[in-house]
Amino acid sequence: MKKHSIKKIISTAIPLDMENIDTDQIIPARFLKATTREGFGLNVFRDWRYDPEGNPKPHFILNHPNYKGDILIAGHNFGCGSSREHAAWALSDYGFKAVVSSFFADIFKSNALNNSLLPVQVTPDFLKLLFEIVNKNHKAKIIVDVEKQTISVPGEKISETFEINSYKKICIMNGYDDIDYLLSLKLEIENFEKKRENDYSLKS
Amino acid sequence: MKKISRTLFEKIWNSHIVVQKENYPAILYIDAHLIHEVTSPQAFAGLKKREIKLFRTDRTWATMDHNVPTKDQDKPIQEEMSRKQVEMLKKNCEEFDVRLYGLGHPNQGIVHIIGPELGITKPGMTIVCGDSHTSTHGAFGAIAFGIGTSEVEQVMASQSILQYKPKTMNIRINGKLGKGVTSKDIILYIISKISTAGGTGHFVEYSGSTIRNLSMEARMTICNMSIEMGARGGMIAPDEITFEYMKGRSFVPKGKDWEKALAYWKTLPTDKGAIYDKELFIDAEDVEPMITYGTNPGMGMKITETIPTENDLGNESQRNNFRSAMEYMGLQGGKQLLGQKVDYVFLGSCTNSRIEDYRNIAKIVKGKKKPEWLTVFVVPGSVHVVKQIEKEGLDKIFIDAGFEMRGAGCSACLGMNEDKIPAGKYCISTSNRNFQGRQGPGARTFLASPITAAAAAITGRISDVREFM
Repeated sequence: MKKHSIKKIISTAIPLDMENIDTDQIIPARFLKATTREGFGLNVFRDWRYDPEGNPKPHFILNHPNYKGDILIAGHNFGCGSSREHAAWALSDYGFKAVVSSFFADIFKSNALNNSLLPVQVTPDFLKLLFEIVNKNHKAKIIVDVEKQTISVPGEKISETFEINSYKKICIMNGYDDIDYLLSLKLEIENFEKKRENDYSLKS
Repeated sequence: MKKISRTLFEKIWNSHIVVQKENYPAILYIDAHLIHEVTSPQAFAGLKKREIKLFRTDRTWATMDHNVPTKDQDKPIQEEMSRKQVEMLKKNCEEFDVRLYGLGHPNQGIVHIIGPELGITKPGMTIVCGDSHTSTHGAFGAIAFGIGTSEVEQVMASQSILQYKPKTMNIRINGKLGKGVTSKDIILYIISKISTAGGTGHFVEYSGSTIRNLSMEARMTICNMSIEMGARGGMIAPDEITFEYMKGRSFVPKGKDWEKALAYWKTLPTDKGAIYDKELFIDAEDVEPMITYGTNPGMGMKITETIPTENDLGNESQRNNFRSAMEYMGLQGGKQLLGQKVDYVFLGSCTNSRIEDYRNIAKIVKGKKKPEWLTVFVVPGSVHVVKQIEKEGLDKIFIDAGFEMRGAGCSACLGMNEDKIPAGKYCISTSNRNFQGRQGPGARTFLASPITAAAAAITGRISDVREFM
């Protein structure tokens, strides 16, 4: 099944300068009751965005009138904690196409990649610079080029390369689907099952 | 020819690779897939959309845990969204022919409690579940890790998953544990030292004499919280304690198969001379009863210490995190937590809701009573644990102490079902996460061992459990 593809993201960004942002903050567990992938954006960062009565908290960056964009910039170790893919769905549904941080938690990173939400890991120095630029100028345009694996701020003449594994890069740029790939290997999987030794998982 | 030395992790990983193409992720075969109501519906929907069956139903087990009430489990679920999600799991399991241990079933419980309890979890296996605490099962010498829903769909479709090989890390813990120090304290101590990102990208093996002397229950607690240091998973080599625990359980081989399995399992421990990407050494004598003060599991300290201050931190991002944590918790840097009043005690979760946990709690609590203002929830991890508690008469000790006995489920660990800690209230909890809002919006969590929580349950304050032993 074809997914949508991403080649380049050109956008302003929203800075969230906090480390260890866990997936319970991105989408609290009480919103995980839905049985589809859509609509989670409504409650992204729910308890930071709204008070208990549902009024927007003015100091939270997503409620700031000036800060808009498809790119979220966040502190070290973004997406730690629960494996809920709902966190990636929520960010995507809200409209983010990329998250930039100096470090990502493993499961979040793979969940993001599986949903064409690009985790862009930069050096701590570059991240610091990005925060400074965006805090000063909310209109600063950031370019994330998937093909070249670069993130740059043309107005400030800064740029850095980032890592993305080659398989996922092809998938994201072309909208390829993991499950199609796995299904194409059905014969290999069945052969593996037949030839296996020392499998005691189902003997009882 | 000289034999190549390999780690426990490498032996299991290598024996499960279906295909490994250069520059591609490995196609890793999965021996057991555990599913629950929260992270499976979108994956089942994916199968339907593709018009394919679930590939290996005999390797799939389903239970209900996250969203179930722990009171009146025989009645329909009150909350509509929760009820719908649970009903959807039932419907999906019927349609796709998956065995389900739903509410009312004698095997129902938290997915990471029932796997080991029923003998589904065994050494040498690959086990996945759409839940980060799947690392628990690694205590048996298995590769077990949490996955997202897209990956749940991969496993449903092909009994395989696309994975890059993580790095390996050895955490060696030697020495004798002091009075009042449990495996929960060991893991909280490690995370407080290396942070919630210290294990990211790695699969951790716990080794050393301290680990060897731990029961299976205690080992599961350590592996359970591996994810809280960012690790992909945690594991412990199987030994006589492992085999003794497993013998006779439902899904464990019997007779000749047991002998054959045993011979194989004994080949699994890491070979002499095998190399890990990272190593960490811990002296058991440095560990003391631990408590967390902040809003991630790395913000922990020895129970007698004082909360650090902002000045102890390196950069603005860290200071923002610390300030946010202190404000949320209503606490101040530089202060002690001993004597801090608590409103709730939660004795449950996949970290600490096995029978041994309740036996240890009962020893501290026996003959004592909770203070008036305190609410204490006892939420066993499975129906089997509930039954065992009753068989041993521990429920009587808890009820006499004024605690509330509940049915099996994830309960107040994650603020998703009916069991929540009210905003602003302090809860000492045997669970695994103290994130903001984790136990309910505005709830303030202190993570601790079952016996440290038990001490608080009879004093209503954060207390040093060693004074009660």
